[in-house]
Amino acid sequence: MTARRVLAAAVVLGAVWELLSRALNLPILPPPSVVIVVMLRELGGSLGLDALASLWRVLASITLAIGTAVPAGLLLGGSARLNRIFEPIIYLLFPIPKVVFVPVILLFLGVGDLAKITVITLILFFQILVLVRDQAAGLRPELIYSVQSLGAGRRALLRFVYLPASLPAILTALRQSIGTAVAVLYITELFATQRGLGYYIYLQGSTLFDYPRMYAGVVVMSLLGLSLYFGVDALEGRLCPWQRLG
Amino acid sequence: MTAQTPAAMIEVKGLTFRYPGGVPVFDGFDWDVPQGESWAILGPSGCGKSTLLYLLAGLRKPETGQVWIAGQPLARPRPRTGLILQDFGLLPWGTVVENASLGLKVRRFYGPDGRHAPKDEPVAQTAPRVLPWLERLGLAELGGSYPAQLSGGQRQRTAIARTLALEPDLLLMDEPFAALDAPTRESLQDLVLDLQSERELTLVLVTHTIEEAAVLGRRILVLGQPPNHEAVILDNPLAGEPSYRGSPPYLEMCNHLRRALETQP
Repeated sequence: MTARRVLAAAVVLGAVWELLSRALNLPILPPPSVVIVVMLRELGGSLGLDALASLWRVLASITLAIGTAVPAGLLLGGSARLNRIFEPIIYLLFPIPKVVFVPVILLFLGVGDLAKITVITLILFFQILVLVRDQAAGLRPELIYSVQSLGAGRRALLRFVYLPASLPAILTALRQSIGTAVAVLYITELFATQRGLGYYIYLQGSTLFDYPRMYAGVVVMSLLGLSLYFGVDALEGRLCPWQRLG
Repeated sequence: MTAQTPAAMIEVKGLTFRYPGGVPVFDGFDWDVPQGESWAILGPSGCGKSTLLYLLAGLRKPETGQVWIAGQPLARPRPRTGLILQDFGLLPWGTVVENASLGLKVRRFYGPDGRHAPKDEPVAQTAPRVLPWLERLGLAELGGSYPAQLSGGQRQRTAIARTLALEPDLLLMDEPFAALDAPTRESLQDLVLDLQSERELTLVLVTHTIEEAAVLGRRILVLGQPPNHEAVILDNPLAGEPSYRGSPPYLEMCNHLRRALETQP
């Protein structure tokens, strides 16, 4: 997907929004021409800080999830015995929507960043765990034997085979779960928060009834999700160029 | 015959091996390979020829008995043994150069510890040891390509370059050319014969094709349905001579091998 085509699509969607807004002429649907101006002004102030707070929470969650799920996934994928033990547990936990645990986690971990980051990490964790595990388990034994015959023991196999093999799985998992992660970020930021895009949107929309600002928050939150998505794409192009070959 | 007997590269002593729940593939099996010889292991599917190769590579452990390589009992893959499999041996995420350097990178990763890498041979730079082989094997132009972009023959050449960059003294090959078309297969067979005599390699090549065994094996070990008790060995002294392929003695040898396979239990 080229940047130009994405930009063209954004312009088209913006035009539809503008037309719809002018046709309906309601305070709850301000046109993008107004929203963008408000957004640019607000980014220098409170909205910018809220965006940074949200970005930090997502990035911390991604880092934590990768740091825990990748080793666990490699361990399970590399050992049929361990996988037999843990597979039913993961099978049970994976499909549960983690967002329903938000109240529970808030009760246990309080209303600070820790609880928010934990919830998002949980969502990413299972996605990455399962994909990395399956990727590692799916490596052909011939490949492992060949590399072992070059002298590789456990550590070298991990470094030269399992880790690079799991990279595409990590990136796929991130791509698949970034949407959910940002959605859950929004929900967690509704609870007793001082900073964050979720808080900003909710405050402007439901308490202050400042709709252009609320939309500015929505646009920034969308941009947050989009930029994460593009970031993963760019990483994939750099780290896994071989994936794009037929 | 030379006056002195060359030292043994491979000694298989009283080898017994079975997969869980199966009949033994080998039962009290003895077999010796002197240094510098070129062997083919021939047999039908399920006879245990690949298993024997994996035992020689140190990737499987005997139930009883022992495998000795170059005078040492084998406990784990040995740094100077090269192994080349039919396919899937290259890292899909590595270019030709990266794949061909992999063995040296593994050695550098461990350092000269005597277990994963030879003690007497620290690896500083990989390129001077890899690039000449890529050149020799006709891969110089393809250094930046990924395995998915290569033909089967080019992939096998990359695997050969990777192994030879480690300067092995024993080369084990498991059906290395089975997935290739006939002209590619024949040119790679000739290449292996050249390299074997040039580098004084001990070569053990597993194949299910009579013709390939006759082309590459100066001595041929014929295996039958398990359990294999005794080594059935045929001499094929003309293998490796120019224009042996297709000559009357070669055809004679092929018939001989066919009969040997039929009379195996």
